[in-house]
Amino acid sequence: MTKDIKIKNLNSAADLVLEDRVHKSLYSDNNIFEEELDKVFNNTWVWLAHESELPEAGSYKTAKIGRQPVIAVRDRKKNIHVMLNRCRHRGATVCEGKSGKTKAFTCPYHGWGYGLDGSLRALPKPEEYENILDKAEFGLIKVRTESYQGMIFATLKEDLEPLNEFLGGAKKWIDLFMKQGGGYPIKALGDHRFRFPGNWKIQLENTTDAYHFPIVHKSFISSVDEEAAEVFDFLDGEGFVEDLGNGHSVMVMIPELVDLEANLEEPIPERFADLAKQLSEEGHPDEEVRRLVRAVGGSGFNLNLFPNIACSMAFFRNLVPISVNETEIHHVALGGEGAPEAFNQKRMRLHEHFQGPMGFGTPDDGEAWERVQAGSIAGTDGWIMVNRGMSKLSTSEDGNVKGAVCSETGMRAAYQKYKQLMSKQSEQKGA
Amino acid sequence: MKLDTQLLADVTAFLSIEADMLDNKEYQQWLDLWLESGLYIVPVEHTATDYTNTLNVAYDNEEMRRLRIERLTSGEAVSTQMTEKTVRTLSRFRILDDIDGVVRVRCAYCLYENNKNGIRTYPANIQFKLVSDGGSFKIAEKVVKVMKSSQHLTTVSYLF
Repeated sequence: MTKDIKIKNLNSAADLVLEDRVHKSLYSDNNIFEEELDKVFNNTWVWLAHESELPEAGSYKTAKIGRQPVIAVRDRKKNIHVMLNRCRHRGATVCEGKSGKTKAFTCPYHGWGYGLDGSLRALPKPEEYENILDKAEFGLIKVRTESYQGMIFATLKEDLEPLNEFLGGAKKWIDLFMKQGGGYPIKALGDHRFRFPGNWKIQLENTTDAYHFPIVHKSFISSVDEEAAEVFDFLDGEGFVEDLGNGHSVMVMIPELVDLEANLEEPIPERFADLAKQLSEEGHPDEEVRRLVRAVGGSGFNLNLFPNIACSMAFFRNLVPISVNETEIHHVALGGEGAPEAFNQKRMRLHEHFQGPMGFGTPDDGEAWERVQAGSIAGTDGWIMVNRGMSKLSTSEDGNVKGAVCSETGMRAAYQKYKQLMSKQSEQKGA
Repeated sequence: MKLDTQLLADVTAFLSIEADMLDNKEYQQWLDLWLESGLYIVPVEHTATDYTNTLNVAYDNEEMRRLRIERLTSGEAVSTQMTEKTVRTLSRFRILDDIDGVVRVRCAYCLYENNKNGIRTYPANIQFKLVSDGGSFKIAEKVVKVMKSSQHLTTVSYLF
């Protein structure tokens, strides 16, 4: 089982992923990183935004597919478009800033103006283009986009399977995740963004890693009350990790919080007693108070969607590869559209408590990830082990491979999808 | 414009002590500088004004300040174990107003951190709300607008 496997016997990045281990060079080899941008990020569905981040006509958000800048925007008819953020004239970005509202996109270099649907509307001094430029052919390049439950994905691969099919077994869990608005539609409440000096796959692994929680997040657990600390003490509980196919996986840490609309009669946890009192005093009926309080702390699971988004308990975790050894993370806080102010305030305060550059959780995760990047270059050869729980697998109700809550089943699922994509020959694309 | 140089001197002296306490990790004394109702805020968006109804990087009331200090000093948090000393510099103090014993003051700030990846710098504009308190002040509000907070920061294991 622990027999050393020498890298010199292997010849492509796909060969560096075995069932129970991945080669450490996947974190630090720049050629592999460049290959990933093409074979993974250009050939799958990449999450870009939640529809609530584009609330009105003209609302936009800038994002990346791999390293390529794109714009997600809502047009006047409320349709959502994703377009490459590249002027068709000489290549400048036509939209800056992370989000906002606009009537049009105008290139700052020579003033080419594009509509919200990307069409080229006007350009200065058009007479020099007479008979040589058809505006209809020079709109911003559209990227194929589809949504599920408000989650907007895009792909550069025109003939990729539909998003519905790609998400497959994960859709059931997305549906459950979206119940945390407490009866109100999910709404993005803002995000925390930070970078760490490490490879993107270290972060991808982390969202399906329950094993680290009591170690890395000891100081967070010390900062909550006894009842909450017990809820977070889930390694010996009934939780599990399930391989959902296509690289996706779910890690259920707190089984009693899988369905936030069930068991509304459960006692209200001590740490939410003030919120319940406030909501009652504001005149919300008992059933609504219970629904809101039950939803306020988020779902009891992390859904890891390959390659760049997780529905992680109470927030979206979006990873953006910057370079082989740098990754940007966006933690998008979520609340309920039209929900009582006190509910959304509590959701934001809970998010600030754990997440973000100054949270009680994220900096410790960041330190651990940074150490992985730094330590993994030691030695001329070596492997990262992802075999935890392999000898105790079972089959879930849905017929999926299932392991213990602190197994590395989710990491193996992601790496097998990675291996499949990295095995393919790269495809060249026009436009 | 008439300058109240005495008030400016008092405020500057107080805020220098506040920064010095953080650099020297005199956290219990630092907690005592606050009004119980005080708020320590690091906003994400510098244009935000309603911090309670906005997502912040940090939004610490009395309880969260105390918990944060426990986290920074308990030794349980791996990100705080190797934290070396920080250096905070303050300058460009401007009294915005002084109404009924509440002084609003704005200043330039930079935190230098000796991080294992090099010396990291965090420039910021800070705005304080200070309440006169028997010849000194108590902090009613500290809002730290750190550069890049709305784009991307690195993780931070201290207080700005």
